[in-house]
Amino acid sequence: MKEFQIVVLAKQVPDTRNVGKDAMKADGTVNRSVLPAIFNPEDLHALEQALRIKDKFPDSVITLLTMGPVRASEILREGFYRGADDGILLTDRAFAGSDTLATSYALSCAIRKIKNFDIIVCGRQAIDGDTAQVGPQVAEKLGIPQITYAEEIVSLTKDKIQVKRRLERGIEIVESSLPILITVNNSAPHCRPRNAKRLMKYKHASTLSKRQESEEDYLSTGANSHLTIKEWGVADIECDLKQLGIGGSPTKVKKVDNIVFQSKESRRLEDFDEDIQILMKELITSHIIG
Amino acid sequence: MNNVIVYCELDEGKIADVSFELLTKGRSLATELNCKLEALLFGHNLKGFEKEIFPYGVDVLYLADDQRLSPYSTLPHTSVMVNLFKEEKPQIALMGATTIGRDLGPRVSSALKSGLTADCTELEIGEHEDKKINKVYKSLLYQIRPAFGGNIIATIINPDCRPQMATVREGVMKKAIFDAGHKGKIVNLDVNKYVDETAFVVKVIERHIEKSKVDIKNSPVIVSGGFGVGSAENFKLLFNLASMLGGEVGASRAAIDAGYVEHARQIGQTGVTVRPKLYIACGISGQIQHLAGMQESSIIISINNDPNAPINKIANYVIIGKVETVLPKMIRYYKENTK
Repeated sequence: MKEFQIVVLAKQVPDTRNVGKDAMKADGTVNRSVLPAIFNPEDLHALEQALRIKDKFPDSVITLLTMGPVRASEILREGFYRGADDGILLTDRAFAGSDTLATSYALSCAIRKIKNFDIIVCGRQAIDGDTAQVGPQVAEKLGIPQITYAEEIVSLTKDKIQVKRRLERGIEIVESSLPILITVNNSAPHCRPRNAKRLMKYKHASTLSKRQESEEDYLSTGANSHLTIKEWGVADIECDLKQLGIGGSPTKVKKVDNIVFQSKESRRLEDFDEDIQILMKELITSHIIG
Repeated sequence: MNNVIVYCELDEGKIADVSFELLTKGRSLATELNCKLEALLFGHNLKGFEKEIFPYGVDVLYLADDQRLSPYSTLPHTSVMVNLFKEEKPQIALMGATTIGRDLGPRVSSALKSGLTADCTELEIGEHEDKKINKVYKSLLYQIRPAFGGNIIATIINPDCRPQMATVREGVMKKAIFDAGHKGKIVNLDVNKYVDETAFVVKVIERHIEKSKVDIKNSPVIVSGGFGVGSAENFKLLFNLASMLGGEVGASRAAIDAGYVEHARQIGQTGVTVRPKLYIACGISGQIQHLAGMQESSIIISINNDPNAPINKIANYVIIGKVETVLPKMIRYYKENTK
């Protein structure tokens, strides 16, 4: 039976639903340290698609790849709980300030190192930027086709895949050869919950640098290799330094504004009958409705 | 060379509205930059479309007419665009933030190593001074968009890479004919020169596209609900009021994410932009991303039990109360006063 090498791209994102005033630095970049960080929701949808392939082809290997600070290894652990086989944290100061293009370049270099991949899956977009750019940009850098807005993998054989896409007003089923990059839509099924056994097994998984921070933890888990999350930096991937980080990012943030909408002189009403009746009469007489 | 190029998108055999909106914006940018406005149209049986495109002030229309370019598929369209851009070196390239534009744009930007900004709400020309290298950039494209969950508005620039690429959602820019008699030049591209056979590796097996059922963009009245509406059940009240007023139901992203109504009704930066005569916001707090999509409505009514909801600042009428209490009363007093 065919086994597939699957790479899931995931991002740890600030929970943009809970943003305070101190979330932005003066230079216009995001101060991630003050925000709750979560597994980007659509990347979890992507992980589910990978797990479904593994359900059918149990010898397949799922590698979860994320780029970010050391803290981003939290989502790799979350992926292990749900069934990922391997996790790689791509982390280096040289990646700081990357826009979508520099990010996709770094990710594509890391994926090349994983080798022999058949299927790359990632969420359509991340909630902190909503750009939906990194997936297609990675596919282009790897020179492989892409299928965006995927909702379901309809069929998969050793060299062909059929995927259902969700378009604005309908669906499309497309077929492609492998390898392929798939971006998964928010209408795709949610990820399965954590598995209790895997939770026990992986709850102490961490990167080496994290363990070195607390020596005790380092000694107690150092012998279990499955608990070591791989950590790759610039030196571990073949890449052109000029295409990384701020220097490799063609887009620059010129400025950031807190927008103040022009306040209108508004009339305050209560939910009393008289208030609502007056309002409706006014709207009708002024021909706004009716 | 160095012109403004707009990718015109075909939606079931018709040019998408967003493409006309971008041509309108592209025309004013080209005039300000003193360069040409050019348009791209890729597909099959394209004869006749020039009559719709030239009145927007298009000087050059590039046609790639080939059966294999319809329906849209990523690699062939990318290939034509990338190879043409290498020859023509446009300074600005614009496309709709649609399922097609958001599939094509990043692919092209990645191939050309040029910057792309998604879902812009404004595009302007301006300059930029880089003090570190003591250089002044004249006439850059300011790509302005809400960012970071709608908490801020960011101005993005691409100082060094060309083209400066941006996508814009449908309805954000206004559509206006430049000159009904304007005539441009047609350039027919030899598709085989621009696309390699290997680009046709992804095949469309099945396609089911429905006619758009929801037309909130052109509705004079919109009754819109947020997370505060509380349930899909409560949304029925909004549908009742909307149908009575001859309007449509819209929703904020939070309500869509909660599954109260379908995605086609989303209003805001990542949904549709609307400018109705009357906008009734029910249980919507008013994140910038939502406000960006409805702030130009003529009359805004906010119904919210939070007197300090941000949307109240831009509302003409603020009703403090629960949606479930207020809407039935609006329905009743509308009926009583229109008999």
